[in-house]
Amino acid sequence: MSNGLIQVGLFSVLVTAVSVPLGLYMARVFTDRRTFLDPILRPLERAIYRVCGVNPGSEQSWVQYAVSMLLFSAVGMLLLYGMERLQWFLPLNPQKFGGVAPDLAFNTAASFTTNTNWQAYAGESTMSYFTQMAGLAFHNFVSAASGIAVAIAVIRGLVRRAAQTIGNFWVDLTRATLWVLLPISVIGALVLVWQGVPDNFSAYTQVKTVEGTTQTIAQGPVASQEIIKELGTNGGGFFNANSSHPYENPTPLTNLIELVAIFAIGAGLTHTFGEMAGDRRQGWALFATMAILFLVGAGSAIWAEQRGNPQFAAMGIDQRESAGQSGGNMEGKEVRFGIVDSALFATVTTDTSCGAVNSMHDSYTPLGGLVPLVNMQIGEITFGGAGSGLYGMLVMAILAVFIAGLMVGRTPEYLGKKIEGREMKLAMLFILIFPAVILVPAGIAVVTKAGLAGITNPGPHGLSQILYAYTEASANNGSAFAGLNANTLFYNSTLAVVMLFGRFLMKVPVLALAGSLAVKKSVPPSAGTFPTDGAIFVILLVGVILIVAALTFFPADALGPIVEHLVMIHGKLY
Amino acid sequence: MTLWTAIRMTIVLMVLTGIVYPLAMAGLANLIFPYQAQGSLIVRDGRVVGSALIGQNFSSVRYFHGRPSAAGDKGYDASASSGSNLGPTNKTLIQSVRQRLKDFLEKNPGVSASQVPVDLVTASGSGLDPEISPAAAKLQVAGVAKARGLSEDQVRDLVRAHTRRRWAGVFGEPGVNVLELNLALDDLSATLRVGMKTSP
Repeated sequence: MSNGLIQVGLFSVLVTAVSVPLGLYMARVFTDRRTFLDPILRPLERAIYRVCGVNPGSEQSWVQYAVSMLLFSAVGMLLLYGMERLQWFLPLNPQKFGGVAPDLAFNTAASFTTNTNWQAYAGESTMSYFTQMAGLAFHNFVSAASGIAVAIAVIRGLVRRAAQTIGNFWVDLTRATLWVLLPISVIGALVLVWQGVPDNFSAYTQVKTVEGTTQTIAQGPVASQEIIKELGTNGGGFFNANSSHPYENPTPLTNLIELVAIFAIGAGLTHTFGEMAGDRRQGWALFATMAILFLVGAGSAIWAEQRGNPQFAAMGIDQRESAGQSGGNMEGKEVRFGIVDSALFATVTTDTSCGAVNSMHDSYTPLGGLVPLVNMQIGEITFGGAGSGLYGMLVMAILAVFIAGLMVGRTPEYLGKKIEGREMKLAMLFILIFPAVILVPAGIAVVTKAGLAGITNPGPHGLSQILYAYTEASANNGSAFAGLNANTLFYNSTLAVVMLFGRFLMKVPVLALAGSLAVKKSVPPSAGTFPTDGAIFVILLVGVILIVAALTFFPADALGPIVEHLVMIHGKLY
Repeated sequence: MTLWTAIRMTIVLMVLTGIVYPLAMAGLANLIFPYQAQGSLIVRDGRVVGSALIGQNFSSVRYFHGRPSAAGDKGYDASASSGSNLGPTNKTLIQSVRQRLKDFLEKNPGVSASQVPVDLVTASGSGLDPEISPAAAKLQVAGVAKARGLSEDQVRDLVRAHTRRRWAGVFGEPGVNVLELNLALDDLSATLRVGMKTSP
């Protein structure tokens, strides 16, 4: 337990230490100031604009910005769909995989375009190396870059005064890719290779094992895709077993690097926000809110998993933590990660929209599995996805000042911008779309044959499997209670639509909100202004986030994980 | 107009991040870390016997056994990585754990259930976990030593030499790489055989 505390503590320190310089650097990148990478990247950037016909000097209204973002996503999705269908014809396919089936290809295209990276397929038996890199790794970069771009646009909307424009999508997209994602990926990928993550284009290795049987070991360009999978909070594994696979995550050090990479951009953007707002304390307030939610989640998950499975204890099996073993519920977990690093990873990956997993969430104890579910249900704003975490948190901050304003009977303000009817309508739209696209289809799934057919763990856990699937799809997470048999026409199509709604139906109102705030003038703070950079605001914000999620999701969660916990401790099996 | 820009931007960024970047990284990786980039393959007598990072099946009493595996039909299928994904209240999970415990206790007389660490009877997330906990290795020392005619101390020393500690003393959990340990056991047995032949 004490080692667990030290691990979580050191990890938190590391994230904080990385987020500040990264956040300030991103602020420089997106306000077009000089950075140390300019000598290499400026010429490349200019070449890209020339080829693509982008005028970097011209800015866009929120409508133009949203249209550019949507068109770019649509083209990318079509490209990926085509690539999957035609991979039998394309190069770098040593295993001779055929084209991906239409419903699965559609699901995967929607999944990677929306930064979800839900995988209804097993990478090593479905996707060619070409599809993995040119199709999937490419989307890992641009879906993250597009999320960061929208977050930057929302910040501009908050900090600009009486402005008609919120930036240029093409410029933000390009700069997020070139200045932020690519350089970190290049270094990160090499460190991962050093630790043992393969990066090759070889055919799968045929091995005659020590005992004389044969073993086929899947290979591929893993490292280059692995690092952006975490950094871009994508989460789509090269292999079926994702980051629990020893080739994706071979050592405790790679695990630490992957964990920090998942949080880095989301945490950094809070400081980017503070810097661009000209008041770094505003950024720290959001950072503190996120840190509190993270620590509560991590603590709960580690506690629940360390307690283990009472059924195993009844057989006499040793689940106690000791010098010789981590103990706890080890089903679906790797020895090198044990309980602490597994439960920490499960928390971090669902605090953000990452969804990479280094242990199988489906095999978690009911309360241990409830933590990732709740993390997603509060909107993945605990540092959050690359970009989406910050804009999600800003919407909650606007809701919090609105509630504070109602309490004292004043027009609420945030960063000097009056929050009025139009802004509240857009914020509420953002907040309501999210549960609607989770609970409605999940409700349909639990009353239809096609939906129920997917359940592999009967009893209350079956409801958890379905609830988890639609929650992660709407939240664009991509982790899974992976037992759910989801590669069916029903799940492929409904989950794909939910992912698209969860991404774009939420990004558009948030851009409209940015546009609506940008045109406002700023009012100077007065004695009646509710300060949004102090402890009271942080507490209020945490409260609002938890209350909104509890009011929306508690009934469903009670019937799934909570009931399962109660029957588990009474020894009932299904 | 915007659509045309979107198409061009997609192609340019696809080439840059989806083709140039992965090809460059694979090139660099194979130049700087060729062993790791090719999958940390272990070669013995000119043939590949496995990967240092990927577990494999062991059934002989002369070897340490790894964890149960849900990858592929027979376990440790490194082209079909997977956990069991069985939930904590699933009968199938509880029954298989009970069966594994029974099998282990039968093969290791004198061991009681309360000595069996949980990782030895549960499937890993990847189905390819190359490691077992030090406690799981310790429990198998006596059986392996007996089957090989080695002293328990000899085997215990070998286990100790193959125990990986926490990174920086803090991160992760300690583990014992089963394949590397078993290869070292074979080496030790071979040296002792040679030693016996050459000694007067």
